[in-house]
Amino acid sequence: MCIECGCGITPHDHDHSHSTRTIQLEEDILAKNNRYAAANREHFQQNGAFVLNLVSSPGSGKTTLLERTLRDLTERLQFAVLEGDQQTSNDADRIAATGVPVRQINTGAGCHLDAHMIGHGIETFDLPATDILMIENVGNLVCPAPFDLGEDHKVVVLSVTEGEDKPLKYPQMFQAASLMLVNKIDLLPYLQFDLEQCKGFARQVNPGIEILELSCQTGEGMAAWYDWLQRSVENKRDAAI
Amino acid sequence: MHELSLTQSLVEIAVDHARREKAQAILSITMEIGSLSGAIPEAVEFAFDVCTRGTLAEGARLEIRRIPGRGRCLECGEETGMDFTTFTCPHCGSFALETFQGKEMRLVELEVD
Ligand SMILES: Nc1nc2c(ncn2[C@@H]2O[C@H](COP(=O)(O)OP(=O)(O)O)[C@@H](O)[C@H]2O)c(=O)[nH]1
Ligand SMILES: [Mg+2]
Ligand SMILES: [Zn+2]
Repeated sequence: MCIECGCGITPHDHDHSHSTRTIQLEEDILAKNNRYAAANREHFQQNGAFVLNLVSSPGSGKTTLLERTLRDLTERLQFAVLEGDQQTSNDADRIAATGVPVRQINTGAGCHLDAHMIGHGIETFDLPATDILMIENVGNLVCPAPFDLGEDHKVVVLSVTEGEDKPLKYPQMFQAASLMLVNKIDLLPYLQFDLEQCKGFARQVNPGIEILELSCQTGEGMAAWYDWLQRSVENKRDAAI
Repeated sequence: MHELSLTQSLVEIAVDHARREKAQAILSITMEIGSLSGAIPEAVEFAFDVCTRGTLAEGARLEIRRIPGRGRCLECGEETGMDFTTFTCPHCGSFALETFQGKEMRLVELEVD
């Protein structure tokens, strides 16, 4: 059937052709997302905001990491947070309790955030006053990997209860990340988790990955993470000048 | 299942092109999926019917060309097949492998009427 006139049954006299033809293309399926991501990145750059995309499986401690980080660094750095989840505003409520500006993005059936959602998500934030924008992605080690949001870095959180082989099982995510945070190291005494082997696996899939070990519960190792954040913010500011 | 939104993008791009061509229907869509792209062809096929419903591509045939991963060693220059578990060069053992094929997710051909 013709979309212009609904023809196909009735005879008609306007001229448009009904002929089968083949069109050769080379269109990247992610091109649209990548265009939004590039626009976000440009916007972040102009406002001097450093942006992290936190990824992990559900329960690795992303929200706990954010809560603790925001509370500990509130005097030093200005934060804003985007919370991605399929349902509920539980995580956003936890972040709001720290006093930091936060917006929840519910993806519904969607298993990842995309760059278009981020563009709208940040509309109400005062970006020029923001040092760091933290994006907590949907808990999932597969789907968020190919989607650029315009972030400076993906940070993958892996907790020691998940097993040391996760970098080998989900290599795309560990390849996409610049930093791996090994969380819940307070639990190491109770587990058979081989920390060195886990780090080795991560470096095997991504030789350039940085690795920090910490516990969001006890605070062990958090200082190195805070230094990493502080340094990154300063580098970004220097680059913007 | 990020294949659902990838398939949605695929159909949107195809429909845009078909409109520009003033086509009245899309008969077939050919795409390439690289083995290192993270997309699973079967999941795209599964999502295709849902994503095309009510669009110019409704009823269209989907052809998926699977592109195997290929890499080149930056140390010895040899080429090698790559999958997600290839981390070292099989010729010299180096970790410095550069992927040059297998990450694609592209719409490459449309047959329209
Ligand atoms: N023992 C321990 N538990 C933690 C740590 N970090 C987070 N948790 C717990 O892990 C669970 C999931 O944390 P949450 O931050 O909601 O994970 P998310 O799904 O990645 O956002 C919660 O019960 C946290 O209290 C940690 O360092 N040590
Ligand atoms: Mg959370
Ligand atoms: Zn080699």
